Amino acid sequence: MTILLDRTTRVIVQGMSGRIGQFHTQMMIDYGTNVVGGVTPGKGGTTLLGRPIFNTVKEAVAQAGAEATLVFVPPPFAADAIMEAADAGLRLAVCVTDGIPAQDMMRAKRFLRRYRAEARLRLIGPNCAGVISPGQAMMGIMPDHIYSQGRIGIVGRSGTLGYEAASQLKALGLGVSTSVGIGGDPINGSSFRDILELFEADPETDAVLMIGEIGGPQEAEAARYWKEQMRKPLAAYVAGLSAPKGRKMGHAGAIISAFGESAQEKVEMLAELGVAIAPNPSLMGETVARMLERPATGG
Amino acid sequence: MDIHEYQAKEILARFGVTVPAGGLAYSPEQASYCAREIGGERWVVKAQIHAGGRGEAGGVRLCRTDVEIMQAAADMLGRRLVTRQTDQRGKLVGRVYVEAATAIRQELYLGLVLDRAAERIMVVASRSGGMDIEQIAAESPDSLLRIVIDPASGLVEFQARELAFALALDSGLVPKFVRLLRGAYRAFRDLDATMVEINPLVVTEGGELVALDCKMSFDDNALFRRPRIAELRDRSQEDPRESAAADRGLAYVGLDGEIGCMINGAGLAMATMDMIKLAGGAPANFLDIGGGASPERVLEAFRVVLGDANVKAMLVNIFAGINRCDWVAEGVVAAFRELDVKIPVVVRLSGTNVEAGNRIIAESGLPIVTASTLAEAAEKAVAALRTRSA
Repeated sequence: MTILLDRTTRVIVQGMSGRIGQFHTQMMIDYGTNVVGGVTPGKGGTTLLGRPIFNTVKEAVAQAGAEATLVFVPPPFAADAIMEAADAGLRLAVCVTDGIPAQDMMRAKRFLRRYRAEARLRLIGPNCAGVISPGQAMMGIMPDHIYSQGRIGIVGRSGTLGYEAASQLKALGLGVSTSVGIGGDPINGSSFRDILELFEADPETDAVLMIGEIGGPQEAEAARYWKEQMRKPLAAYVAGLSAPKGRKMGHAGAIISAFGESAQEKVEMLAELGVAIAPNPSLMGETVARMLERPATGG
Repeated sequence: MDIHEYQAKEILARFGVTVPAGGLAYSPEQASYCAREIGGERWVVKAQIHAGGRGEAGGVRLCRTDVEIMQAAADMLGRRLVTRQTDQRGKLVGRVYVEAATAIRQELYLGLVLDRAAERIMVVASRSGGMDIEQIAAESPDSLLRIVIDPASGLVEFQARELAFALALDSGLVPKFVRLLRGAYRAFRDLDATMVEINPLVVTEGGELVALDCKMSFDDNALFRRPRIAELRDRSQEDPRESAAADRGLAYVGLDGEIGCMINGAGLAMATMDMIKLAGGAPANFLDIGGGASPERVLEAFRVVLGDANVKAMLVNIFAGINRCDWVAEGVVAAFRELDVKIPVVVRLSGTNVEAGNRIIAESGLPIVTASTLAEAAEKAVAALRTRSA
C-alpha cells in the first residue's frame, strides 16, 4: 500500500488560501489526492477550490474526517500549525515551509512527544518537496509527471535532486513506490532512518535510494540501521563533495561543522557498511539498477 | 548571523555573565581614552573581526602604557587580519575592543550549541579552556562534558550544579557558575542563538568567574523577530558578492574555481558542483535561485555570477518543479542581451515547461550550448573552459 499515504487518505491543507497554497492544492487534487478541505483561521465557513475551509484543525477532523495535513503556513506561524495538527489527532503532517526558526522546530518536536506513540503525529519536513506515491496521491510541490509507478523507494533531503533521481529511474524503466523529501533543515520531523523503517515494512517497496548531503548525523544513523536491521538493498548518493567546511550551502542544515559530516566522510562510512554508492549524481539511477541485479543487503 | 566579541559580551553581561571592563574604539585616540576610563595598569587591545584565531595572528595585544595602546590600535585598525579561520584575504578590522587585563588562575571552555543529534540545546564544557573545541576534542576528548537541555523544562539548576562539580570548581565558585550558565542559556533561548561560546571562561586570581572571550551566532530564520540582533549585522565582515546576492534573495557562496553555477535547489546545486569537479573543473560558486524564479531573478543571478572576475564559463542547471523552464530561458536570453556575456554558457533544462524553455533558447540564435542531462552539462562546461584557455 505504499508508505505514508494513498488515494484514500483524507488530506487537508493548512495555509490553502495563500497564492502558493492554492496553486499546489489544485495540482494535488488534479493528481488524485483526496483533499477534503483547508484550514485558515478566520476564513471558516467559506469554500475554496470546491473544498470547505475550517477555522481550526479540530473542526476539519470533526467535519471532514481529516487524517493528514500539508502545511503551507509562513515561517513565523508554521511550528504553531504543526502543533495544532498534532493536538487535533492527525497522523501525518508534511511541511513545505522554508525558513522556520530552529528553536521553533525544537519546541514543536518536543511537543509531539506529549502524545502516546500510537497517537503521535508523524512530521515530514519542514523545508521539503513533500511525499508522492505515484499513481496514488501526492502531498507537496513536486512535478508529478517525472515519477512513474514502481517499486523503488526514494528518500532525500533535497527536492530537486530527488526529481533528478526519479527521472533517471524513469529513463531506465524503473518506477517509484513512494518518494519522500525529509527537507534541508537541521532539525526535521522525520529522519532518514525513520523513513527507511517505513520502506522496510512496505511490501510494495523492493529497494531504497537515499539521497544525503553534507552536515548532520542522519545518514550515518540510517546506514547503521540498514546494516543491523534492514533486509532490503540500499543505494545512496551524498551531495557536497566540493563544499568547503563551515559554509552553509543553501540549506540551513547543509554545513560541515563536525567530524564525519563532510560528503567524503559520509560516503566512506556508507561504503564501508556495504551501501551501494552512486559515485556521482548522474549515476543515481544506474546505481539502483545495478544493485537490483546484484543486491547488497543489510540485516 | 555572527556578531563581534564586544557585542556578545554586552549581551551576555545583560544576562548576568561577568565580563572584563572594556570599551570600543574606532581610532587609536579612542583606544587610549577607553583605557584611561577603565583604569588599571594592564590592558588588552583586541581586533574585532568575525573569526577566531586572532591571538596567534597578532589581533590581540597586551599593553602596559598609553603609547603601546595607541600603537596596537594603529597597527590593527584598517588592516585585514588573516587568521587560520579566515581565507587568505582575511577580515577587515574596523574597530578594536580595549579591556582591562585579567589575572588568570585557570582557563575553562564553555559552549552552548544547537545539537543536531539530540535536537536540543547542548552545553559543552571542559577544563581544557583556551584551545578551540576541535583541538580539545582531538587532544583531550575525555575532558569534554555535555548536558542536554529539555526545551519543556529549560536548564534545570541541578544540571548546572552537576556540571560545576564535574569541572572540579571550588565550592565557592559553584553558585557563580550556576548563575553564569543560566544566564548564557537564557540569552541563547531568548535571542534565538545557534551558538554561544565562552572560551576561555576563566577563574581569576581574585576568585571570580569571568568570560574572557565570547562568540555568539544567531539563527538567520529567526531574525524577523529579533530586530535588535539584526541591527548588529556588520557587512564589512561579509563577502561583498554574498551580501549582494542575499539582498536579491539568492543563496550564493563564493568559491575559488572558474565555472560559474546557477542552479535551482540547494541539493541539486551541490550535486552539480560535484559533477563539475568530477569532470575535471572547479566551481566558482554555489548559487541556488530558489523556487518560482522569474526571468528577472535569473537575470539578477547572472549579474551576481558574472560579477566574479574568475568566472570563465557558466553552467545553468534547472530541474523545474515549482519553477518554469520557459521563465528561466527568458532570463538567460535577457542576460545575454543586457549583460554582454563574453564567456561560454551551458544550459540544461528539465522538468516543468521544458519544451517551451528549449524552444526559447534555440530560437534566440544566441551562442548558448545546451545539454539534456546533468553529466553532459558538466562535461560541456569543462570542455568549453578548456577550449577557451587552449
